[in-house]
Amino acid sequence: MGRYVVRRLLQMIPVFAGATALLFVMVNVMGDPVAGLCGERACDTATAAQLKREFGLDQPLWRQYATYMGNVFTGDFGTAFNGRPVIELMASAFPVTVRLTLVAVVFEIVVGVTLGVVTGLRRGRPVDTAVLLATLVVISVPTFVTGLLLQLLLGVRWGWIRPSVPPQATFDQLILPGLVLASVSLAYVTRLTRTSLAENRRADYVRTAVAKGLPRRRVVVRHLLRNSLIPVVTFIGTDVGALMGGAIVTERIFNIHGVGYQLYQGILRQNTQTVVGFVTVLVLVFLIANLLVDLLYAVLDPRIRYA
Amino acid sequence: MRAPARVAWAAGAVAAVLPLAACGSGAGVPGGSVLSSSWGDPQNPLEPANTNEVQGGKVLDMIFRGLKRYDPRTGKAENMLAEKIETTDARTYTITVKPGWRFSNGEPVTARSFVDAWNYGASLKNHQKNAYFFGYIEGYDKVHPAEGRQTADTLSGLTVTGPRTFTVRLSQPFSSFPDTLGYVAFAPLPRMFFTDHKAWLDKPVGNGPYRIESYTKGAQMYLRKWDAYPGPDKARNDGVTLLVYTDSTTAYTDVLAGNLDLADDIPATQLKNVRKDLDGRYINSPAGILQTLAFPFWDKAWNTEGARKVRIGLSMAIDRETITRTLFRGTRTPATDWTSPVLGKAGGYQPGLCGRACTYRPAEAKRLIQEGGGLPGGQVRITYNADSGSHKEWVDAVCNSINNALGDDHACVGSPVGTFADFRNRIAQHRVTGPFRAGWQMDYPLIQNFLQPLYYTDASSNDGTWSNATFDRLVDQANATRDRATAIRLFQQAERVVRDEMAAIPLWYQNGSAGYSDRLHDVALNPFSVPVYDEIRVG
Repeated sequence: MGRYVVRRLLQMIPVFAGATALLFVMVNVMGDPVAGLCGERACDTATAAQLKREFGLDQPLWRQYATYMGNVFTGDFGTAFNGRPVIELMASAFPVTVRLTLVAVVFEIVVGVTLGVVTGLRRGRPVDTAVLLATLVVISVPTFVTGLLLQLLLGVRWGWIRPSVPPQATFDQLILPGLVLASVSLAYVTRLTRTSLAENRRADYVRTAVAKGLPRRRVVVRHLLRNSLIPVVTFIGTDVGALMGGAIVTERIFNIHGVGYQLYQGILRQNTQTVVGFVTVLVLVFLIANLLVDLLYAVLDPRIRYA
Repeated sequence: MRAPARVAWAAGAVAAVLPLAACGSGAGVPGGSVLSSSWGDPQNPLEPANTNEVQGGKVLDMIFRGLKRYDPRTGKAENMLAEKIETTDARTYTITVKPGWRFSNGEPVTARSFVDAWNYGASLKNHQKNAYFFGYIEGYDKVHPAEGRQTADTLSGLTVTGPRTFTVRLSQPFSSFPDTLGYVAFAPLPRMFFTDHKAWLDKPVGNGPYRIESYTKGAQMYLRKWDAYPGPDKARNDGVTLLVYTDSTTAYTDVLAGNLDLADDIPATQLKNVRKDLDGRYINSPAGILQTLAFPFWDKAWNTEGARKVRIGLSMAIDRETITRTLFRGTRTPATDWTSPVLGKAGGYQPGLCGRACTYRPAEAKRLIQEGGGLPGGQVRITYNADSGSHKEWVDAVCNSINNALGDDHACVGSPVGTFADFRNRIAQHRVTGPFRAGWQMDYPLIQNFLQPLYYTDASSNDGTWSNATFDRLVDQANATRDRATAIRLFQQAERVVRDEMAAIPLWYQNGSAGYSDRLHDVALNPFSVPVYDEIRVG
C-alpha cells in the first residue's frame, strides 16, 4: 500500500513537467500579450520592450520555461500583468473555489446518493420515474440557465438570498452557487447509483445476506450500497477536478472571485504566468483526487488490494 | 442593505439540510451615508501614469485632483490646483500651484510634487503606459527614447523655480497644453510614492476628496470622505465602497435586489427592461467615445483614389439610425462627425460635418463602390475582437446593412479574433486585410485629442497608418495658434480632410449608462462615463 502510493506520487512528477511545458507552449502560441496592455492603442515601442523585459517575454521560450520552473521550486509563480504575484492570486482564489467545490460535492454525495438509493430500490415505481424525469431535465438544461433562473427567483423576486456572493464567500453564502454547480453531476450521481444498485441487488452476496436473516437496513447499507458505490466514487473523484476548473460559468453568474475567474482573466490577457500556475495546480488536484479514488476502492471492496 | 436578515433565514433553512457549519456574516459594509458601487479589477497597478482604463480611472478620479479639472457636466477644463498657467509663446509655460493644498497624509502639495510625478511617469525604466503624455515636454526623447537605453532620468523641460512655481518647456508650440493637464497622468504624487512604493500601491495616497480606508485587491475598496479636503468639491456622502464584479449582469441584478447602490455600464441584454426595472433611476448620457471603422492603408488596394470612393460608399451603406435604435437601444447615437457631442459646439463638435457620407444612401453607395472599382478582393472582412462587449452583434448588423445596400449576400463578413491582445497584434503587424474595429475614448475633452493621435502621420493611435500632408499641416498650425477659436476652426478644417478622404468611417457616439437604487440622489456620469461620486447624496 505504502509503496503503491509512493509510486503514484512519483508518477506525478513527469505529468507535472509535461503539463506545464504544454501549457507554456499553448499560451505562447496565442501571440504577444503586451499588445493588449495599452488599451485601444499600440504601446510605444520603448515601453513595450521594457514591459517585455520586465515579464521576461524577450527571452526564447525554452529559457522562459526554465526560469519559470526554477522559480516555481522556490515558491515564486511569477507576476500577473496587474502587478500582483500569482501566488497571491492563488491564495485568494483557491480557498474560495475549494469551498465552492466542497459544497457541490457534499450536495452530490448527500442528495445524489440518497436519491439513487431510493430509486434503485423502487425501480419502476412512480418515485423512480419522477426522479428519472427530473434528472433528465437537469442534465439537459445548461448550467447558466439554471443559475440565472435561480438567481432571479431567489435573489430578486423573492429576496431570500443575495444574488451575488460577497468577497468573503463563506460556506453559507456558497450554498446556492454550490447547488447550481453540482446540479448536472448530481443528476449523474443519482443515475449511476440507481443503476449500480439495481444491478447488484441480484448478486449472490446480497441473496446470502438476506438469507442469513440480516436486517434490511444492514443489507442495503453495508452490503449492497458499499459495493455499488465504486463507479459513483470514480465519477465523483474525477468530478472534483472538473468542478474546480469548470466552475467558471457559475463563478461568473454569482460574482465569485475564484479560480475560474482568475483563469478567464489570465487567458483573456494571455498572461502565461497566471494560466500556467493555476492550471498546474488544477492538474495536481486532479491527480491527487484520482489517487484518493483508487485508494478508496480498497476500502469499499475488500477484494481490491494494492501492492 | 435590506437583505441580510433574509439571507440568514434562507441560509439557516438550507444549512439545516447540510452537515456544514454556517459561519461568517454579511458583507461588512460600513454604516453612515456610504454608497456601494460596481467596479472592475484595474488592469494595471494603480499609478496615475499607468492607468489607461475606466476602472482604475474611477479610483484615481476620487483620490486625486490635478492642476485642472474637467467640469463633470460641460467637460471644460477649469483650474483646480493651478493658480495660474502663463505663457507668451505657447511653448514655455509658468505654472503656479495654489497654496493650502495637501495630500491626505498631511504632506503639502508643492511644485516638486508635480515635477517628480511627471518625471516618474515619463521615465522609461518605470514603463508607465501613459508615458507618451509627457512626449510634448522637452527632453522626453532622452528619458524615453524610442530605442535603446535612456540617457537622462529627468525631463530637461521641467524646472522647479519656487516652492509653488515651476516651468514647463515643450519641444514645440502646443497651445492647448494647459487644457490637457486635467488628465490623471498629470496628477501630483506625495514623497511616499517614491520612498515606499509598495506601501503606496497597497493603499494609494492622493489629494482628492476621498481617501482610501481599506483595499482588498481583486475584491473591494472602501473610500472614505476626507474631512480636511481643501478643495471646493467636497464629497456630499460619507464614502464609497467599490465592489469588484466580474460580470455587469450580476451587478445589475444586485441593484435590482437592493444589494448594490450604483451599477455603471448596464449590460446590453438588460437595456430593454431597464427603464421599467429601475423606475427611471437610469442614466444614459453622452461620453467621449467614438466608434469607427479604420482601414488598412498599408495595403495598396485600400490606398487608391478608387478606394476612397469605396470607403465613402461603405460609409453610406451603413444604416446607423436603425442599428443604434434596435441593437443599442439608444445608448449609441449615429455619428455625423469625427469628434464627440461632449466637446460641445464651442469645443469643436460639429454635428453634420460628415454630411451625405454618413447618411444611409444605399443606391449611391452601390454606385460609388462600382465607380471605385468594386470592393478590394471582392469582399470586405471587418476584423474585431470577440472577447468583450457586443462587437459581434454590431459588426454583423453593419455587414447586413452593407450586404443589403449592395444586393450581395457575401459583400461583407465579420472576422472575429479571439483575444484583444491578438487583435492588437494583427493590427500592429499589418496582418489585417480589411476594415477593422476602432474605438476611441478621449483622454481629455479637446478636439485635438480626437484628431491628432488618430490621423496625424505616425501618431500613437494611427493604427491604419493613414497619412496626409494637408491634415498634418493644419494640425501643426492649430497647435501653434494661441487663440482658442482659431485653433478649433483649424482643427475642424483638418477634420474635413479626414472626411473627404474617409480616413475612418465614423459609426456612432457612445453613451455611458448607469442604474442606481432609490437611496441615491444627484447621480450623474461625467464625459468619461465615470460616475461623479463626490456629488452623490445618500438617503
